[in-house]
Amino acid sequence: MCEQKIDAIIEKYRGQPGSLIHALVEIQHENHWLPREVLQRLADALGVSFSQVMQIASFYKTFSLTPKGRHEVHVCSGMTCHLRGAAKLLAKVEEITGLKAGETDADSRFTLETGACLGSCSIAPELIVDGKHYGRMTPDQAEDVLKRYE
Amino acid sequence: MSEIVLNIDGKEVAASAGMTVLQAAQQAGIHIPTLCHHEQLEAYGGCRLCIVEVEARGRKSYVVSCLYPVEKDIVVRTRSEKVDKIRKVIVEELMAHAPDAPELVKLAEEYGADRNRFEKETSFCVLCGLCVRYCDEVKHKNAVGFIENGAVREISFIPEIAAKECWSCQECFTLCPTSYAQAAYLLTEALAFPGRRHAHAHAHAHATPEPERRVIPITPVAATA
Amino acid sequence: MTMLKLNSAAELEELRARILAGRDPAKPCIAVCAGAACDGMDSAAVAAAFLAEVGRQQLGERLELRTTGCHGYCEKGPNVVVTPGEICYFEVAPADVPEIVAATLKGEVVERLVYHDPASGAPAVHMNEVPFYKHQTRLLIGDNPKIDPMKIDDYLAVGGYAALVKALTEMSPDQVLDEVKRANLRGRGGGGFPAGSKWETTKNAPEKTKYVIVNGHEGESAAFMDRAMLTGNPHKVLEGLIIGAYAIGAQRGFMYTRHDMPLLEKHVRNALAQAKEYGLLGENILGSGFSLEVELHFDVGIFVSGESSALMRSIEGNAPEPRPKYVRTSVSGIWDKPSNLNNVETWANVPQIISRGAEWFTSIGSEKSKGTKLISLSGNVVNSGVVEVPMGTPLRTLVFDIGGGVRDGKTLKAIHFGGAMGGSIPASLLDAPLDFDGMSKLGAPIGAGGLLLMDEDTDMVEVARYLMDFLTKESCGKCVPCREGMQQMLQTLTRLTEGRGRQGDLELLEDLAEVTGLGSLCALGKTSGDPLKSMFRYFRPEYEARIPDRAAGGSGDQK
Repeated sequence: MCEQKIDAIIEKYRGQPGSLIHALVEIQHENHWLPREVLQRLADALGVSFSQVMQIASFYKTFSLTPKGRHEVHVCSGMTCHLRGAAKLLAKVEEITGLKAGETDADSRFTLETGACLGSCSIAPELIVDGKHYGRMTPDQAEDVLKRYE
Repeated sequence: MSEIVLNIDGKEVAASAGMTVLQAAQQAGIHIPTLCHHEQLEAYGGCRLCIVEVEARGRKSYVVSCLYPVEKDIVVRTRSEKVDKIRKVIVEELMAHAPDAPELVKLAEEYGADRNRFEKETSFCVLCGLCVRYCDEVKHKNAVGFIENGAVREISFIPEIAAKECWSCQECFTLCPTSYAQAAYLLTEALAFPGRRHAHAHAHAHATPEPERRVIPITPVAATA
Repeated sequence: MTMLKLNSAAELEELRARILAGRDPAKPCIAVCAGAACDGMDSAAVAAAFLAEVGRQQLGERLELRTTGCHGYCEKGPNVVVTPGEICYFEVAPADVPEIVAATLKGEVVERLVYHDPASGAPAVHMNEVPFYKHQTRLLIGDNPKIDPMKIDDYLAVGGYAALVKALTEMSPDQVLDEVKRANLRGRGGGGFPAGSKWETTKNAPEKTKYVIVNGHEGESAAFMDRAMLTGNPHKVLEGLIIGAYAIGAQRGFMYTRHDMPLLEKHVRNALAQAKEYGLLGENILGSGFSLEVELHFDVGIFVSGESSALMRSIEGNAPEPRPKYVRTSVSGIWDKPSNLNNVETWANVPQIISRGAEWFTSIGSEKSKGTKLISLSGNVVNSGVVEVPMGTPLRTLVFDIGGGVRDGKTLKAIHFGGAMGGSIPASLLDAPLDFDGMSKLGAPIGAGGLLLMDEDTDMVEVARYLMDFLTKESCGKCVPCREGMQQMLQTLTRLTEGRGRQGDLELLEDLAEVTGLGSLCALGKTSGDPLKSMFRYFRPEYEARIPDRAAGGSGDQK
């Protein structure tokens, strides 16, 4: 039960304002996004101002303040991937999903993200879906990969 | 209280240890422009307008005087070709967002800044942080904070807190160089808790009467060419 | 249950002897690389296939299997190395496993899977024959194929923690500091600042509570060697950190790294736990009286949190806004305590400096840049991967002898160092040596060591636009010159790439680069204009060509 897990995380860090980021990371990992109501409870429990929590939650791009889709589609936008054709790959993925970076579709199937270098530059350009790496991708292959994810 | 002697614009200035160059200059009657600086708040170093040239141990550097600590024998120049250029460009960059802010208009005149150098992106907010920092450090309410990072950073009033605190306070409104803080509050109120102001006043009708508060009018400034 | 905690150096050496006695160097060992790229190419399936094959034939007594960190030759993964002999197999698939196992048991080699020269087809079987490896000096990363990062005993077997023993039992903190100073170890994260000096400032700060920090953030685009080092050999980095803490007088350490690599997190957490279990971390390390606690912290997805003062704000739980460096973090850092921050690679160098001495270390490298440097080679290069060469090595060696030149038969146009805060230099400058100061003077500072090859089709205006786009997203937004200046530079560069260049655009870019460089609060803003400066220095005609009606050849001041 997600609710209980979130409660447990909040309790774990009660009274420890310095652990705000740890708490947010765990909640994000567990719930895949940070509901406002949860953030308010977290602020109270940790003794941090709500505006501080909002600043941190909106500053760091790992955190999502809106619900995410079932599958996270990530097109690496690091320098090597860029040199090796990431822009074309991204354009194709945008076309297939109908999304721009940061968006989730209406069926909550995909959330599209672009992001900085993940350190596997030898298999550029990369498409990463739910943490699984699809390296040396061409735009044509993108369709086949995404088809596998409902 | 040890005394430190430094040179600002050719003048020997005496300062005490722990002072910043800005404080030493102000004490000696030497003017350095600021925007995000406020006596009641911790020095921020965000607007960079108070930047000065410092020569120390044979090396020249550009530092913000609101934060740079005084040191013995340093030579500070509050105006120079580079310093003036930096200030001019900062003003031009900010005027893309708030072209009519009185302080910016005045600085533009002094430094020859072109208010139209950059394409307008009229957010009206220069992100000086005065409202956020005041609400945090002086009022301890944190009714307004920053969200996001980089060029898309904004101030954001937290409706739940603003509804309780802001109308009877309003102290950050006068601090704001562009009047945006007041506008942002009013927009938040209109969207998130309309009518609350009157309900609040009604509920407190029997409490000690507060002086009448009004919204500060924004005086339009004649646009320069 | 045996008590694992080692209470003295002698006990550690006894354990080491026992470990070595239990290992037969003649017994074949198959090491499968689980580094980032190999993992992305499903090396896990290869490892699983080996495990299944060994289980099926019940070969546990005759064959050792090991999953390791990054070997370095990422281009040709999944990588497998068989010892004895360091036989290198490349692009290994699960289907190849039975053949490799059979050959290894017979002491033979699977010809088709070894390196073959692209031109002549001549095979190179052993690691010291493979061109990619043989031109390197792999002091730091060379141990990776020998170590399972989840097993501290593997690290002990290759001599790990001997340097710590030496430091704690034979040297005083001052002597350790002195050794590092004399070695002239310069920061490997991008600053190139002498580590010994930084340690000394922290050590001499009046406040008693002191911290040491490993910066494992590695936000520089196309740099992946720190992750290779930390994921592949976390103990080496940890050992360096403990030695440093001893020299500085710190009681607490922080390892700061990325949130997006589960394997890295797993290996580091495990390493910290195992070190603690063995008494190499925690109270009274090896009975020396020195104590150190180390915790793990994560960034949460933003580049600026790799900047040292921003990183410290992040450890405190605040937004990573850098503090202006008028107050050094080595004097006032995390929670205003003296905090010594160094990069992963910098810390990894410490054990060998202590074991083998400053004289030995300074015999490697150039006059002012000592030791080796880890370089991530990528871009339009034939052999991408993590390489290690002595400082002073000509760039040509990196690009051609190790890198194998430009892929797809194209010619080299430029090489780029330092990511979004670095610079590009043309192919004509390839004889320049790898050196902190030399490369800075050329306008392409080494930075963290990410080296990108750009071929003849690369649009240098687009590269500058791309880098500025990256930086604008990563800016914290606190100061005007960075937040606004970079945004304006980005808009101008975007117009140039979209064919909407205007007269005065290049001058505008130069002005903005200058003001942003001088006025910004931290290194992100201050260096944001540097790639542009290198572009104008070496590739200006390409930019001028984007301005309509610009007189050809009459470009005015050419620096």
